[in-house]
Amino acid sequence: MRSAFKTLTALACVTALAACSGGDTTDTSSGTTNDGASGQKVTITVATFNEFGYEDLIKEWNAANPDIQVEHKKAATSNEARDNMNTRLAAGSGLADIEAIEVDWLPELAQYPDAFVDLNDPSVEGRWLDWKTQAATVDGKLIGYGTDIGPEAVCYRADLFEKAGLPTDRDEVAKLLEGDWDTYFEVGKQFVAKSGGVAWFDSAGATYQGMINQMEAPLENTDGTPKPLDQNAEIKALYERILQASVDDKLSAGLSQWSEDWTAGFQQDKFATMLCPGWMLGVIEGNAEGVTGWDVADVFPGGGGNWGGSYLTVPAQGKNTDAAKKVAAWLTAPEQQAKAFASKGTFPSQVKALEDPAVLDFSNPFFNDAPVGKIMANRAQAVTISPYKGPNFFAITTVVTDALTRVDVDKTDDAASSWTKAVDAYKALGIS
Amino acid sequence: MSNLTGRQRLSRLEVKLSPYLYVSPFFIVFAIVGLFPLLYTAWVSVHQWHLIGGQGEMIGLGNYTAVLEQPNFWKSLRNTFSIFLLSSVPQVIAAIVIAYFLDTNIRAKTFWRMGVLLPYVVAPVAVSMIFAKIFADQSGAANALLALVGLDPIAWHGSAFWSHVAIATMVNFRWTGYNALIFLAAMQAIPREIYEAAIVDGASRWKTFFSVTVPMLRPTIIFVVITSTIGGLQIFDEPRMFDTMGTGGSDKQWMTLTMYIYELGWGAQKSFGRAAAVSWILFLIIIVVGAINFLITRRIASSDAKGARR
Repeated sequence: MRSAFKTLTALACVTALAACSGGDTTDTSSGTTNDGASGQKVTITVATFNEFGYEDLIKEWNAANPDIQVEHKKAATSNEARDNMNTRLAAGSGLADIEAIEVDWLPELAQYPDAFVDLNDPSVEGRWLDWKTQAATVDGKLIGYGTDIGPEAVCYRADLFEKAGLPTDRDEVAKLLEGDWDTYFEVGKQFVAKSGGVAWFDSAGATYQGMINQMEAPLENTDGTPKPLDQNAEIKALYERILQASVDDKLSAGLSQWSEDWTAGFQQDKFATMLCPGWMLGVIEGNAEGVTGWDVADVFPGGGGNWGGSYLTVPAQGKNTDAAKKVAAWLTAPEQQAKAFASKGTFPSQVKALEDPAVLDFSNPFFNDAPVGKIMANRAQAVTISPYKGPNFFAITTVVTDALTRVDVDKTDDAASSWTKAVDAYKALGIS
Repeated sequence: MSNLTGRQRLSRLEVKLSPYLYVSPFFIVFAIVGLFPLLYTAWVSVHQWHLIGGQGEMIGLGNYTAVLEQPNFWKSLRNTFSIFLLSSVPQVIAAIVIAYFLDTNIRAKTFWRMGVLLPYVVAPVAVSMIFAKIFADQSGAANALLALVGLDPIAWHGSAFWSHVAIATMVNFRWTGYNALIFLAAMQAIPREIYEAAIVDGASRWKTFFSVTVPMLRPTIIFVVITSTIGGLQIFDEPRMFDTMGTGGSDKQWMTLTMYIYELGWGAQKSFGRAAAVSWILFLIIIVVGAINFLITRRIASSDAKGARR
C-alpha cells in the first residue's frame, strides 16, 4: 500500500538516471542541426518557470517565422524547473531546446559547460550589463543569454512610516536611508522605538541575501574552492551583525520568507520595509492585496545589489540547437525584454532596454504610482559587484540561512550556539 | 511414457507449466521494476556516483560509513521513527474503534462509511497545504484556538516534537479512514454466532470487543500494521510540504530518511552513491521493523484469543 510503490519508483529513478548518465552523452557537435533556413519545418520548445512574460512574444515569433515554430512549457516554480533540469541533464535527454535557468543554480550547471551550446555570437556582444554576462561565461564560453535581473531597492510602508514620525515621501525616504547598512539599521531602531510593535524588516534571511550579494567572494574562493565556514571571519561578522540588528535590536519580524506566516504578515502590518528586487514588486502586490501605503524608494543600503534573475540556455542534447540559439537570441533582445517587463515586471538585463522609454516610463499604481521603471534602472546602474558564486554556493548559503532562521524565526538557539551548529552542518557537507 | 503421442506430451507439459506461466507476468514485471533497481541501487551505493557527473570510483562501503558519520542521518532516523510512532499507533487504534462503530447498527451506513474515506481521496499535497495554514506559528488556526482557551502558542515548526505531532496529524487525517474501512470489512466477516454466544455468556460490550472482535481481526491487524510500517518509515510528502523550503526545517528537526535521501541525491551533495547507501539502509530497517511488528502483533492477538489479556 501507500508508498511501497513510491519507493520502488524512486529507486527505479535513481538507477535509471545513474544508468543513463554512465554513458558518454555529451556530444557537443552541432553540425547536424537544421536551422530552419533549409526549408524544413522545426519546432523549438522553450521551458520557463514562474512568469517570464513570453506569451505574446512567442505568438509574435510564430506568426513571423513559419519555419521555426516555438512551443512554450511553463513550470510553476524555479525549484521545480531546477529538479527537472538536473534530472534530465543527468539522463542525457528530455530537456527542452531552450531551458531557462536561474542565477542561483547557474553555478551548479556551470560545472558542465559541455552540456550547453556556446552562445557567443558577434551579434549579441555588449547586449547585456557586463556582470550579467560574466556570471554565465565559463572558460570563455557563454552558456546563457541574460533575461531579467533583480536590482534591489527598498520597499516601504508610507503609512507606518508616518505613524512612527518618519518622512513618507519616496525622495525623502531615499535621502534618509542613503548610506550603508548601519544607516539602515539605525533608522530601523528609531522606527521600532515608536512603531508600537511593528518590525523594521521581514526577516534576517532576506537581509542576509541583500548583504552577501554585495560581497566579491562571500562563501568560496574565486578558484571554486569553498571557504571553510569556521575560518570565514567575514561571514561570521556579517552573521553576528544581522542577528544583532534582527534579534537584539528587535528590527526583524522573525518571518521566514515565503512561509505561511510571512505571507499572512503582509496583511497584518508586521513590518515596514523590505529589500526589494524588481520581481519582488509583483510578490508584494499579490500578498498585500488591499493594503495601501506601499511605496518604493530609490535607495539601497551599501549602494547597489542584485538578487536573482535568469538566463536562457541551449542544452547541447537538443536536436535543433542552431534554431534554438536564434530563438533565444531573439527572445532576449532588448526590444522583446522591454515588452516582457511591461507584461510581467521582469526587469531587463539588456543595456539598451534600460534606456527604453517603455521601461523608463513605467509606473506602478499599487506602489503609489512610483516610477518603478526609472527607479529600477537607477538601481541597476548602482550594481557594481557580481558576487562570485561557485558550485557549492547553494549548499553553503543554505547552511548559513538555516543558522539565521534558528535564531530569528524558530528561536531555538542563540547566535553562538546556532553558529556552532552551522559549522558542524558545513563539515557534514563534506566539500572541503 | 514412450507410448504417448507428441500431442499428449505437449498437453502434459502444458498442465505442468501453465500455472507458472500465469503467475510469471507479475514476477517478470517485478524483476524489471523491483528487483533490478534494488540490486542496481546496491551497485550504485558502493561507488562514487554523481547526479550529473555519473559513475566514479568504486569505494566499497565508503558511502555507508560516510552517511553513518553524518549527524543529519541520525537526526532523520530519529525523526522518522518519532513521526512513525506518533502516526501509526494512534492511527491503528482509532481505525479499529471507528470500524467498530461503523459496524454497529447506525443510520445512513453508506454515508458514514464513505465519509471516513473522504480524506483519503484528497491529494496529500493539498492536505499539506491546508494543514500548513492550520499549523502556521503566528497566523495559524491551531494556535488561535489555543489562545482562545488561554494556552500559550506552540512552536509547531521550531520544536522538533511538535513538528512531528503536526506532521503525524496530517498522516492520520489521511490514513485513519482508509484503515478503518479495511478493519470494517474484516469485522463483517466475523461470524455473528460468536457474538451471540458471547452475549448469552453475559459478556459486556467491552469484553466482547477485546475478547472476540480484536482477536478475530488478527490477520487484518498484522496486514495493516505491516503496511503502515512500510508507509510510515518512507514518509515524504507531508514533511516535505510542511514548510515552503521543503528541507526539513532550519535544524532539520523534521527531516525524514526519505527526505535525506532526496537531499543527498538531488540537493547540495548530488551524490547518488550516498543516496543509494541510505536507500539500502532504509530498506534493511523496514525489513527489521516489519519483522518485529509481525512478531509482536501475532503474539498480542493470539494471547487475546486465549482470553489471557492483561
